Amino acid sequence: MKMSKIMPRRMVTGALAAIAALASAGAAFADEITGAGATFPQPVYTRWAEQYAGQGGDTLNYQGIGSGAGVTQIINRTVDFGASDAPVAPERLVSQNLIQFPAVIGAVVVAVNIPGVDGNALKLTGSLVGDIYLGRLRMWNDPRIRALNPGVNLPAVAIAPVYRADSSGTTNIFTTYLSAVNLPFNTTIGAGSSVSFRAGIGAPGNAGVAGAVRNTRGGIGYVEYAYATENNMQTPQLQNRSGQFVRPSVQAFAASAAQAPWATAPNMAASMINTAGAPNWPIVSATYILLPKNPADADRARKVMQFFDWAFRSGQSAVDALHYIPLPAAVQNQARQRWCQVRSGNAPVWNGCH
Amino acid sequence: MTAVPFENSRKLHLGESLFKILLYVAASIVLVTLAAILIILFVSGQDAFRHFGAQFLWTDQWDPVRGLYGAAAPIVGTLASAAIALIIAWPLGFGIAYFLTEICPRALRAPLGIAIELLAAIPSIVYGMWGFFILAPFMSTSIQPWLTENFSWLPVLPNEMNPLWFWFQGAPVGVGLLTAGFVLAIMILPFIAATSRDVLLTTPQILKDGGYAMGATRWEVLTGVVIPAVRGSLFGAVFLGLGRALGETMAVTFVIGNANRLPDGFFAPTASIASIVANTFPEADAGSMKLAALFALGFILFVVSFFVLALARLLLRQGRMA
Repeated sequence: MKMSKIMPRRMVTGALAAIAALASAGAAFADEITGAGATFPQPVYTRWAEQYAGQGGDTLNYQGIGSGAGVTQIINRTVDFGASDAPVAPERLVSQNLIQFPAVIGAVVVAVNIPGVDGNALKLTGSLVGDIYLGRLRMWNDPRIRALNPGVNLPAVAIAPVYRADSSGTTNIFTTYLSAVNLPFNTTIGAGSSVSFRAGIGAPGNAGVAGAVRNTRGGIGYVEYAYATENNMQTPQLQNRSGQFVRPSVQAFAASAAQAPWATAPNMAASMINTAGAPNWPIVSATYILLPKNPADADRARKVMQFFDWAFRSGQSAVDALHYIPLPAAVQNQARQRWCQVRSGNAPVWNGCH
Repeated sequence: MTAVPFENSRKLHLGESLFKILLYVAASIVLVTLAAILIILFVSGQDAFRHFGAQFLWTDQWDPVRGLYGAAAPIVGTLASAAIALIIAWPLGFGIAYFLTEICPRALRAPLGIAIELLAAIPSIVYGMWGFFILAPFMSTSIQPWLTENFSWLPVLPNEMNPLWFWFQGAPVGVGLLTAGFVLAIMILPFIAATSRDVLLTTPQILKDGGYAMGATRWEVLTGVVIPAVRGSLFGAVFLGLGRALGETMAVTFVIGNANRLPDGFFAPTASIASIVANTFPEADAGSMKLAALFALGFILFVVSFFVLALARLLLRQGRMA
């Protein structure tokens, strides 16, 4: 059982990160870089770190303490880089002297447990899912769900929505999507890493949500795709912006990722939520890395960039194995361009700048 | 020869006063720490108190997106789950204690006593995981449907038009107020049982023998002799359990449902002060209103626990005087 993402561990790692950060600020070990923040990409960062160190690269100490805490840590400069699922507001990046770039892309899927129904064949719309979390749609045999699923024998079972009890980037991505497709959801609940859902129960961590959905007749929840596949959960199809019902798959995620307006998005905060395109999965998002523009230690800042440069070039196998999506090559180059804003004295820290 | 004891007693005197100072320091550390925690909690939470005023205590809104915070739901959730736990664990714990002291065969006494103490030693996260993965599904499929069926005659409070409390109605999702109360009951049971046992053991044997000599039954001795003799201390045992139930964090977080809303029935998911702090603390930004609200909640929990203990003392004193 995957308990590593459940909250108590996170709190412990939070404390550990603070200690590690204090230790590194004082001692500055030459070959260990530190990062802290989002838990959503933690599995892939950890895998990259193992592989990088195995090839003789620097050691990365990444602590998944949550996006909000990661931003606080990099603002206080207690780590070499911060990680956040939600892009940081442009004015905050300026005031705190930070650059932001995406590292990897992931998807959130809906999971259900309806007695006698093959959840993978079920069709839902974002609007209906929003109504479920608003407490306006309470039974699985509601006419609105039946209308989308002719021929499916939906039982008269109460819908039991499950959400993340802890603040979470996954919740942020999911509620951003629901806010985009369901106006009442946007006005009464809104998007955020912890929101006030009007119905359902909160379970700790991705594993907790997965467990609660599995244990509850009529349960519905949202998890990172990797969790759904590992736990063999039933993931309904969602209607995308082009009106197509799509199954969650890496191809559907990649189709969304390709549509993202990378070139025009300020600070590379390109939204991949509810993109148009027949094969697109609607709930896809990048997760971001934050670096100081004026690093106290240029050497360590360069090592962080070398790590992500390596990850972009050679991290594909880890990304695939964990069901994330790599950044398109053009976006990787765009990120490298960003690194040129990190300067020591007047010279860029990254050696790939002209 | 006479000089030696004199020398010794002077050394003793110096050692004595040093020891006394050390004890004073040790005792004052407790008071200073207590005061420091209370002050820090209040100062860190004062933004929330100032911004929302006294309304913070009785609004049930907890909306991080809009920055609106109220403590009513977690306060009610904390008190209600602890109350359910007490109602279950008090008679059970007292029964165990009486069995152990009066009825249990001597050979069974030690193993049973150790088993109860082991129950107290289980980390709360284990209770949480058991509650979430084993008890909650069982509640959902067996206990909750049974309760719904058999207690459907209970009237909705205050009335049908203006419903606030549905008793045992509602979706049987497994986790919620009642499940949290059950898990807490099991967690505080060993405390109540062990303390009650110690209290019962203090009843003078001669009183009990006197009762039996007059032909009283076990029940009559229990109600007429033992309980009057130790009544006050029995309350102490219960409030010790209550103190633990109020602040329990991990186990409750797993099973209470973590919905920051007022519960509208025994099956409703809600939140406790400790669970809401544990859940939202990691992502509360430094200097944010959310963090202030969480500190304010911590302050409230501190004060509530303080009043519970004060009430316990008061009851203890009345118990003694009666």
